[in-house]
Amino acid sequence: MTEMTARKDWMSLLANAPPKALAALWDTRETPDFTWLRAPEIGAAMVRGRMGGTGAPFNMGEMTVTRCSLQLDGGAVGHAYVQGRDKAHAERAALVDALMQTDAADRVRAEVLDPLRADMTERAEARAARAAATKVEFFTLVRGED
Amino acid sequence: MYVAVKGGERAIENAHSWLAEERRGDTAIPELTVEQIREQMKLAVNRVMAEGSLYDPDLAALAIKQARGDLIEAVFLIRAYRTTLPRFGATRAIDTGDMACIRRISATFKDAPGGQVLGPTFDYTHRLLDFKLAADGDVPEAPRATPRQEPTPHITGFLNREGLIQTEDASDETPPDLTREPMELPGSRALRLQALTRGDEGFVLGMAYSTQRGYARNHAFVGELRIGTVAVEMDIPELGFAIEIGEIEVTECETVNQFTGSKSEPAQFTRGYGLVFGQTERKAISMALVDRALRWRELGEDDMGAPAQDEEFVLYHSDNIQATGFLEHIKLPHYVDFQSELELVRRLRRDAESAQQEAAE
Repeated sequence: MTEMTARKDWMSLLANAPPKALAALWDTRETPDFTWLRAPEIGAAMVRGRMGGTGAPFNMGEMTVTRCSLQLDGGAVGHAYVQGRDKAHAERAALVDALMQTDAADRVRAEVLDPLRADMTERAEARAARAAATKVEFFTLVRGED
Repeated sequence: MYVAVKGGERAIENAHSWLAEERRGDTAIPELTVEQIREQMKLAVNRVMAEGSLYDPDLAALAIKQARGDLIEAVFLIRAYRTTLPRFGATRAIDTGDMACIRRISATFKDAPGGQVLGPTFDYTHRLLDFKLAADGDVPEAPRATPRQEPTPHITGFLNREGLIQTEDASDETPPDLTREPMELPGSRALRLQALTRGDEGFVLGMAYSTQRGYARNHAFVGELRIGTVAVEMDIPELGFAIEIGEIEVTECETVNQFTGSKSEPAQFTRGYGLVFGQTERKAISMALVDRALRWRELGEDDMGAPAQDEEFVLYHSDNIQATGFLEHIKLPHYVDFQSELELVRRLRRDAESAQQEAAE
């Protein structure tokens, strides 16, 4: 995995994470010193769909997003764009993003990102498993005539 | 003539206090939390997000609580809030082919790859009131089976291979946005789809039903209906690449419509498309039928003069906030307007009476 796809991967995970789940994993840690480059800001993104699922794009409606940027005292810059309106969640996501670019990366991955991913995968699989149980198994009755 | 309209402040203040009290209802009964509405009134939340045109389940639940369950009032609150948000950008188009489906059915192919997955549906329930729900909230856990790992393919893809269905040409053209520029008609299909996806469910349903009853009938089959979550990606300028900024639940409906060909197009199946925030399948099916009806011009079909074919009629009346704003303003004070109407009617009656008297003399 290249550096860019790795970062894309963890930022995406943090954006999708339930704020409570990230908070539970993060708040046991000591917050590193940092300065805001952009304080948390709540806004919206216009979501697009495609005609017929594959054709030209159209505007579906907006979703709420919170973003922020910060710099650790060590110099690493962290960004966050997370779904919803939780500023503390955005701050935690940006801190994780910044720390993932430092020596602390392995620890943060093991203690925050990996358990977060496992938790989210479990939830997604629980839904998929319930859906799978509602799949119709057709069977054809053999009719009398030959 | 001006009439002083003052003195209502205290009455308004007191009315709002009473509204708050009525919203709470009997204090002997526990108060609803926003979380309870979000989790247990999920389809109402979905409707408010779709018509409010803002995906945020917590806000939609709050709006429903504040509006005392009046969903159009809740949509109004969401639309008003939405205008206060700075827009960070537009996302990449969501890929519904990569949806984690909780429901996926086809009325055209029994053995569609990926199967018929019913999901948490009201279909096949007996629509009998369940008095158990009034008594306790315990539900047995739903059964589980081995989940599907690979994405579920779109049904229309199979028809596409045979060339039997009209294709959708992909592009990355920036679509028009009716929340930013005033609507200009005739509009593009992109503009129509944006208006329909945020349109009032009742209105869009009525329009769709009219096509089924024969007003510009378009012989729709539900080729596929799917509900599930999709990732939303956006390009982030400060990073120089795209990341997922979240995950949303959507309902997608693709109709396959009989089409015998026209001057410009061969006989083939044509398509209608519905895509709506949340689990909102009635709306998504309705949207697809109305989308198809509005495509008569580009497919070289005849204008039957049906309401569902009339773009101006559909687009200018589908928005329940515009509609309710104009409708409800007539209950606000119109004392001066009415005073002049009153004088006009009196004068007309006077004139008519004196004309009659003259004729009698």
